Amino acid sequence: MSVNSIRQDEVQREVDKKDTLVRLYRYLFRYKTKLLGVVFLLAVTVSISLVSPLFIERAIDVHVAAGDWKRLLLLGAAALAAYLIFMAGSRAQTILMASVTNQVLLEIREELYSHIQTLSFHFFDSRPTGKILARVIGDVNSLKEMLTDSVTQLVPGFATVLGVAVIMLVKNPLLALAALITLPLLAGGMFWVMNVGHRLWQIYRKKSSNLNAFIHEDMSGIRIIQSFAAEEETRTDFYQLADEQRLSFINAVRIADCFGPVVDITWGMGAFLLYFIGIKIIGAEKVGVGTLMAFSTYLGMFWNPIRNLASFYNKLVTNLSAAERIFDILDTPAEITDREDAGELPEIRGEVRFEDVTFAYADEPDRNVLEHVSFRVLPGQTVALVGPTGAGKTTIVNLISRFYDVKSGSIYIDDHEIHEVTMESLRRQMGIMTQENFLFTGTIRENICYGRPDATEEEMIAAAKAVNAHGFIMNLEKGYDTEISERGARFSIGQRQLLAFARTMLTDPRILILDEATSSIDTHTEILVQEGIRHLLENRTSFVVAHRLSTIRNADRIFVINQKGILEDGTHRELMEKKGAYYELYRISSAQDLALAAKPVRTSDG
Amino acid sequence: MECLRIRTYVLKFKGRYLLGTACMLGAIGLDLLSPVLIRRIIDDVILDGKQQLLMALLLGLLGIGLGRALLGYVKEFTFDWIGMTATNQMRKDVFDHVQTLSVEFFHQHNTGELMTRIKDDVDKVCVAIGFVGMLAVEAAVHTVLVVVCMLRLSPLLTLVPLALLPLIGVMALQMERKLGAVYDEISDETAAMNTVAEENLAGVRTVKAFTKEEYEKDKFRGHNKRFYNLNMKQARLVAAYQPAISGTGKIMLLAVVIVGGVLVIRGDMTLGTLSAFSEYANNIIWPMEIIGWLSNDIGSAMASWKKIKRIMEETPVICDPDAPVFLEQVQGRLTFEHVSLSLGGRKILEDISFDLQPGKTLGIMGMTGAGKSMLVSLAQRFYDPTEGAVLLDGVDLRRLSLRQLRSSMAAVTQDVFLFSDTVNQNVKMGRKSTLDEVSVKQALQQAEAGEFVSNLSRQEETLIGERGVGLSGGQKQRISIARAIAKGAPVLLLDDSTSALDMETEEALQENLRHTGPMTKVIIGHRISAVRDADEILILRDGRILERGNHEELMKRKGEYYRTWCVQYGEEVSACQ
Repeated sequence: MSVNSIRQDEVQREVDKKDTLVRLYRYLFRYKTKLLGVVFLLAVTVSISLVSPLFIERAIDVHVAAGDWKRLLLLGAAALAAYLIFMAGSRAQTILMASVTNQVLLEIREELYSHIQTLSFHFFDSRPTGKILARVIGDVNSLKEMLTDSVTQLVPGFATVLGVAVIMLVKNPLLALAALITLPLLAGGMFWVMNVGHRLWQIYRKKSSNLNAFIHEDMSGIRIIQSFAAEEETRTDFYQLADEQRLSFINAVRIADCFGPVVDITWGMGAFLLYFIGIKIIGAEKVGVGTLMAFSTYLGMFWNPIRNLASFYNKLVTNLSAAERIFDILDTPAEITDREDAGELPEIRGEVRFEDVTFAYADEPDRNVLEHVSFRVLPGQTVALVGPTGAGKTTIVNLISRFYDVKSGSIYIDDHEIHEVTMESLRRQMGIMTQENFLFTGTIRENICYGRPDATEEEMIAAAKAVNAHGFIMNLEKGYDTEISERGARFSIGQRQLLAFARTMLTDPRILILDEATSSIDTHTEILVQEGIRHLLENRTSFVVAHRLSTIRNADRIFVINQKGILEDGTHRELMEKKGAYYELYRISSAQDLALAAKPVRTSDG
Repeated sequence: MECLRIRTYVLKFKGRYLLGTACMLGAIGLDLLSPVLIRRIIDDVILDGKQQLLMALLLGLLGIGLGRALLGYVKEFTFDWIGMTATNQMRKDVFDHVQTLSVEFFHQHNTGELMTRIKDDVDKVCVAIGFVGMLAVEAAVHTVLVVVCMLRLSPLLTLVPLALLPLIGVMALQMERKLGAVYDEISDETAAMNTVAEENLAGVRTVKAFTKEEYEKDKFRGHNKRFYNLNMKQARLVAAYQPAISGTGKIMLLAVVIVGGVLVIRGDMTLGTLSAFSEYANNIIWPMEIIGWLSNDIGSAMASWKKIKRIMEETPVICDPDAPVFLEQVQGRLTFEHVSLSLGGRKILEDISFDLQPGKTLGIMGMTGAGKSMLVSLAQRFYDPTEGAVLLDGVDLRRLSLRQLRSSMAAVTQDVFLFSDTVNQNVKMGRKSTLDEVSVKQALQQAEAGEFVSNLSRQEETLIGERGVGLSGGQKQRISIARAIAKGAPVLLLDDSTSALDMETEEALQENLRHTGPMTKVIIGHRISAVRDADEILILRDGRILERGNHEELMKRKGEYYRTWCVQYGEEVSACQ
């Protein structure tokens, strides 16, 4: 199976940068009214900033030169009023913009998370959790500044640049041209940085993601690392990944940091041309000292926002790869979905029928795991699946709950093809205990009631009692309110299996699937559990994957799974009499046991 | 671990900081030079008509642009370099520290939280050390220089900015403090959101089995919403201070021109001086504008720093003794002397004693939750006994170095954890530099994993997913057993490690283990077949030893062991009925 590891960079579909950008901005444009508000407020604040040098110019050139201090003060008062409006406007604009940006992030995160819930196991199996996590949290967060700046920097930036250009052109077209002639140089520089930079930032994101995955795995497997005294080794690996991430960052900023200098150089050349043309060619007396000074201020006002635009552009280039990674997940199709005409599966009796089912995992479509499997299990029957590890026992039970889709053939529950009903109505009536028995952080109560939050206290306790978990739970200081630490780490696997078992039993399933559900439970407890759930299992179909003879023997039917299908099917006695594969399996594995086990008994009896 | 300080990281880059700051000062110097040149263009060239000076002055302006570009590049790159390198170092330090912490710490702190600390929080602190630090220094230097230049031009007029600057300073400090508190919450919420998402992703099979996708979405939605609210709180604070600060900067310039204008009108100042002065005052607006953002970033960095410090101040409960005893050659004698263990007020184990000679095997059975796995944890010193002692080769574990101790034990835990790496690398765990491929193959053979591994697409070089997804439970267990065997330690601890194997494979594996090296073995199991051959078998119940002896002795005793045997083999052995 092709799996992405912490060491490998993820492979992403190549997409057009423009498309990504357009798609991202579509989120922003859902808030048109608010954005218009922001733009309006920006117009106010930016124009105040824009006229600000006019105040100064007028103050110096007109009032001070004329010695009219009354008008000077009047002008001052007017400017002060303008600045107060600026403050108020700027404040409102910040809040409004923040609400849009944060709302967009909220939506993207929500959409991403919701979409991930629909993805099939294949998606989760083929990449480390840490990498998915990096996208849901890290990559989304890194869009924040970019989104905010898209409006607050881009709009006033362009407006200012445009406004200043217009003012300059109106005041003195020739001078303006002189000041602006260097713009193409800037555009060229930016284009270069974008092309090289984008690729380098992509690498950086991937390296960061690798690091994230490593940290996640290391923290989850810390016990093994400490137990194997492998701290040194892990450190070496971690250092290597951290260094790779650092290097990829430094490589990227080496290019990205060119933005500022490109702006500075063009600015310097602009200033040179401005004064040269203004004084040498037009003549200073024609232009006027005040205008020349104003122009040098304008030049600053012109280039500063360009510098900001450049840095915004830089941010855009940096974070565009984050957006790409997000959309990459959103574009991953949910392989297993409800058909459009899928109906509700009505309450079932519990008959399960496979008709000529062939299955292969998505990444190795030519290697069939199951071939032409057909069987029919009647309501209320208990079927034990036996066979060597990796033969396909788990695959069969996974197909019943439609965790994967068959390659060909059909699966019926009570004559309903499982593709024709919604997954929700199908799985709701099943109790599936997977091998992983995942417990969530929270109380024991919350975990047992996970599948049925509306269960009463009595029902919950009854489920816990049935699987013999009540005893050890009550021995805990806080009983059912005991907090479970991550993955239930404080409990033994056996206890975790019991809790997961109680959780499954509480959902009162019509079809029960137990995939090595009690493998880590001692024999004594297992008997108690079996007795406890016996009456719960009446009239319920169950599929049990197990290795213990005591579990298997009691089943109504035993399927021996091997060679891509069901090799034998029958009760323990039937299969023993048949003297086929089951008989062999049983005999080989227990012969030695029996030989040894029987001996002392005889001696003690005799 | 010494108390961690930001200063340690800053001081490491003294040279770079000097270089960066020098470039910055150079750039600022050039910035300040440009109004001087402009003033001379106006005063000397235009007003006094000294045309011959123009070209030199203009080339000067161009030179300033070039110089600024060069110095600016070196400066930015240097600070980016510092920021990233500091991030890298700090992350390594935090990571190294976390690795030394004890089991209990990891029970209390979720993976999602620790990831937030090692990634996001370190990033935020280091942004402050690098880029933000640069801007802060730049803004301060700029302000001071501008004020100095202003003082030289006109001390009187300088009183105007000097009066307003403290006001801005106070606002900035307040803003930083308030934002720090919000960022503190944001950081916690990030960790919480990380944890919820992490569990959802890791437990995806359970989520889907219970069709709880909607519930999970709701849970995440709650955190997402809280995250939104906190970010809005942050935005409102920024909105309260930032415009006030930058507005005050604008007002300052205005005040300078008005007051200066009055001075010019009264004849106390020349027009050129006022122009130059207002140019300087213009230069002070920029630092004022970024002060708000700086306060924001610094507030966020300080909040993160607090969180990191809290983790760095955690001390491992289990640590090396000051002068560890070094065992020349570990024989593998494992002794428990009246060991009792209580955790959180609950007695887990009580008065457990056994003396396992090198090369012998101890079998342990018992009910779920009887404390069996805790014996393995104690043997590896993940916990220290509350009473009594655990000894290796007669030496109390607490007197050995953790490294030697854990290198002497190879454990297979119940909870199989494999890393998303190749089979080969997983098996080599802990001995990556010394183990050769032949030994890996051999270990896989002994663990009965040789066959299925050779059927994988790239054999030992096949990548296995995180926690071994893509492999069946039994396959995972066998790789983890191979990993333990490959370690070649004198003591092998197997904690219910064959539960997912089919009977045939288990039998073959047991047989291999019987003949694997002269190791001391502790085998915890639920199947009689797993422990039957042990030299001594302990039956635990509620943390105490209920029965002990070898297979024959226990069968004669007709106690718990015998009853288990009857259940597992009863039907075939009629003598039981």
